[in-house]
Amino acid sequence: MSERAAKVTPTDDEQTDEQITDSAAPDAATEPDSAAETESETTPEPVTTGAEAVVRALENAGVEYAFGVQGGAIMPVYDVLYDSDIRHVTMAHEQGAAHAADAYGIVSGEPGVCLATSGPGATNLVTGIADADMDSDPLLALTGQVPTEFVGNDAFQETDTTGVTTPVTKDNTFASDADHVGSDVTEAFALAREGRPGPTLVDLPKDVTNGETDREPDDPKTPDTYHVQERADSEIVAAAAERIENADRPVMLLGGGVIKGEASEACREFAIEHEIPVITTMPGLGAFPEDHELSLEMAGMHGTGYANMAITHCDTLIGIGTRFDDRLTGGIETFAPDAEVIHVDIDPAEISKNIHADYPLVGDAEIVVEQLADAVDESPAATKWRAQCQQWKSDYSMAYEAPEDKPVQPEFVVEALDEATSDRAIVTTGVGQHQMWAAQYWTYTEPRTWVSSHGLGTMGYGLPAAIGARLAADDDQEVVCVDGDGSFLMTLQGLSVAVRENLDITVAVLNNEYIGMVRQWQDAFFEGRHAASDYNWMPEFDKLAEAFGACGFRIDDYDDVAETIEEALAYDGPSVIDVHIDPDANVYPMVPSGGDNGQFALTEDQL
Amino acid sequence: MKRGLEGPPPEERPTPAGRRNKQGIRIDPEVEATHEPRRTVISALVAHEPGVLSDVSGLFSRRQFNIESLTVGPTEDEDRARITIVVEEPDPGIDQVEKQLRKLVPVISVRELEPDAMRRELALVKVDAEDPAAVSAVADMYDATAVDSSPETATFEITGSRQKIEAAVDTFSQFGIREVSRTGLTAMARGTDQTAGADLTAQPADEANYSDATQPADDD
Repeated sequence: MSERAAKVTPTDDEQTDEQITDSAAPDAATEPDSAAETESETTPEPVTTGAEAVVRALENAGVEYAFGVQGGAIMPVYDVLYDSDIRHVTMAHEQGAAHAADAYGIVSGEPGVCLATSGPGATNLVTGIADADMDSDPLLALTGQVPTEFVGNDAFQETDTTGVTTPVTKDNTFASDADHVGSDVTEAFALAREGRPGPTLVDLPKDVTNGETDREPDDPKTPDTYHVQERADSEIVAAAAERIENADRPVMLLGGGVIKGEASEACREFAIEHEIPVITTMPGLGAFPEDHELSLEMAGMHGTGYANMAITHCDTLIGIGTRFDDRLTGGIETFAPDAEVIHVDIDPAEISKNIHADYPLVGDAEIVVEQLADAVDESPAATKWRAQCQQWKSDYSMAYEAPEDKPVQPEFVVEALDEATSDRAIVTTGVGQHQMWAAQYWTYTEPRTWVSSHGLGTMGYGLPAAIGARLAADDDQEVVCVDGDGSFLMTLQGLSVAVRENLDITVAVLNNEYIGMVRQWQDAFFEGRHAASDYNWMPEFDKLAEAFGACGFRIDDYDDVAETIEEALAYDGPSVIDVHIDPDANVYPMVPSGGDNGQFALTEDQL
Repeated sequence: MKRGLEGPPPEERPTPAGRRNKQGIRIDPEVEATHEPRRTVISALVAHEPGVLSDVSGLFSRRQFNIESLTVGPTEDEDRARITIVVEEPDPGIDQVEKQLRKLVPVISVRELEPDAMRRELALVKVDAEDPAAVSAVADMYDATAVDSSPETATFEITGSRQKIEAAVDTFSQFGIREVSRTGLTAMARGTDQTAGADLTAQPADEANYSDATQPADDD
């Protein structure tokens, strides 16, 4: 296997390809030779062009990595990046660039940066941008555009990129002149991370990036019209605190905003201090340690039975950094129907959007939780409630069957991967059954270790996300992509990038030769008619991985699981395990779409 | 190996008695239905830059807010424009309209106008002018100004409330209407009350909700 690692260095082919490889920046992990090509470590020279101002803005913002694909209209920016210390990771497809940058943003907390050219480059980014928008991930997209004089003429590779991306960005800008373009980028970067994070985009016409300017980018700041309220109204905080003190059946519901707002620690302290059971949403996985006895894990469509019972029967719901998405709430009418809702969110528009907030607390999650912590003097008297939650925990245990004589069960594989890795290991996923098993059966204890596509549900997210996560993670954090066969097939060209960069990631494809979640729904709701869901035409992923220069493994039996996982994790570089799981395995518990969370089904016949 | 998922099946589980309505508000199922839509005017002060109007109109279509009219025009400050929107939504929907508008970066401030706000619309009405004296008499009734006439047609400008314009169009229809073009409503708060100014941005986002919020809590 080690001879494969030697093939990792960039070849001449890549240099001549239009998709020019990344800059001459030294990369200790891959090619020592390239270090010789590095030049200038001096103080930055004044900018002379729009493109230089763009790259200067990124450098000033402390950007270390950018993910992208070359192309005509973005070439001026790439030409400047070539000499920058920013490490550009050439991706095989722009969608992968957006996902990699998105995952980089999730793991690092700083906006990930992706680049693409105009037209198809920009439209290929759109899925990744929309994904970041739904999940409030900080992301900055820079797209090339045809020269200003051609805009509107249907020029070659012209797309109205700001028009196309308006519904899926926090904000976007069409750069209109070289003097301002640096500041446009600075502002977009700041906007992507401030307040509720999200994707921003700057569209860069070629004449603007080629245009002369000596204007350095302004210092980072968000636009004057952008306001973020950080502290919640103290009167409402006091009322909410009183409600918590008097609660009989309190529950905390931690969403992705807890992680993005760095409020995990504050929430953990609050919950433990007042002994309040904690539920997370799927994006909130890792906000509270799932091995803690107060943890009821994840609620929602495929949440645990105990979380769904608790959320249904609570009388006080403290929702923090959650937007009460339909996959969490099920039918609105039956969602926590007895609960007074305390809703903490930095985005006022989330308050009472889906679930009415009795105590609306707009502000930064960490600050507001601290405000609440100061205001709550007495813990709620909820001994009985906690005992009830524990009872549900045993009533609706997440145990599963794994008989030796049947094909490998996916839950077993997820647990084996969890076992074989450290607490800080990062999990990325695609979308579907494998994602749910990864959410249910991996025990998350740390924030920023779960990297998935929640709101948009983008199949193919897992591998490019693993690439971005790997570059943002610490060296001692393993990066495991739990993928599905259908999802993996959508973006597996990214393996070439992982091989070129020699990224230490392990992809475990839970291969059931179905687009499994669809197959599960067809069995439950479409009389078992498997329209277009049969994926028995998959390639052999282990061999495909080898063809890319990665290390391939295959698992068919329980006996192979632990050992193969060990080997794949030990391999220093990208590895792919094609795990042939039980094709009939289903994800349960399940609350059918729009259903009552408390009426989750444990088997298909309960649906 | 371990057993499979277990626990009481759905029909054996306790269920709470409460319910929420479609808007996510806890209700007493016996009494309360959903909120009824009402028509109101929302005024937004925005940065006068390209793309703002499409940002705003796109927001309305993609979030399925019902709008009746949307007008935009410059203000006393050349860097700012005012957008006036007539929406028809239930209270929670109106609340969402305001918040989602406020969230757009180029939007400076947003507010729902009081029912007594000044509201005006302009319409051009082109009618058949076979009987000029009668047409002119109707025009006088509505303070309409003739802006164009030809041997066969007369075109009038009518300004006023939506109701007045509708009434005028209705009355003119006896002569035969060729075309109507209306601007949509623009509006402004009365007296010293500010329509939507820069100083309104700091309005604490959570307080607005809190007043309605306390009501369901009362019946506990």
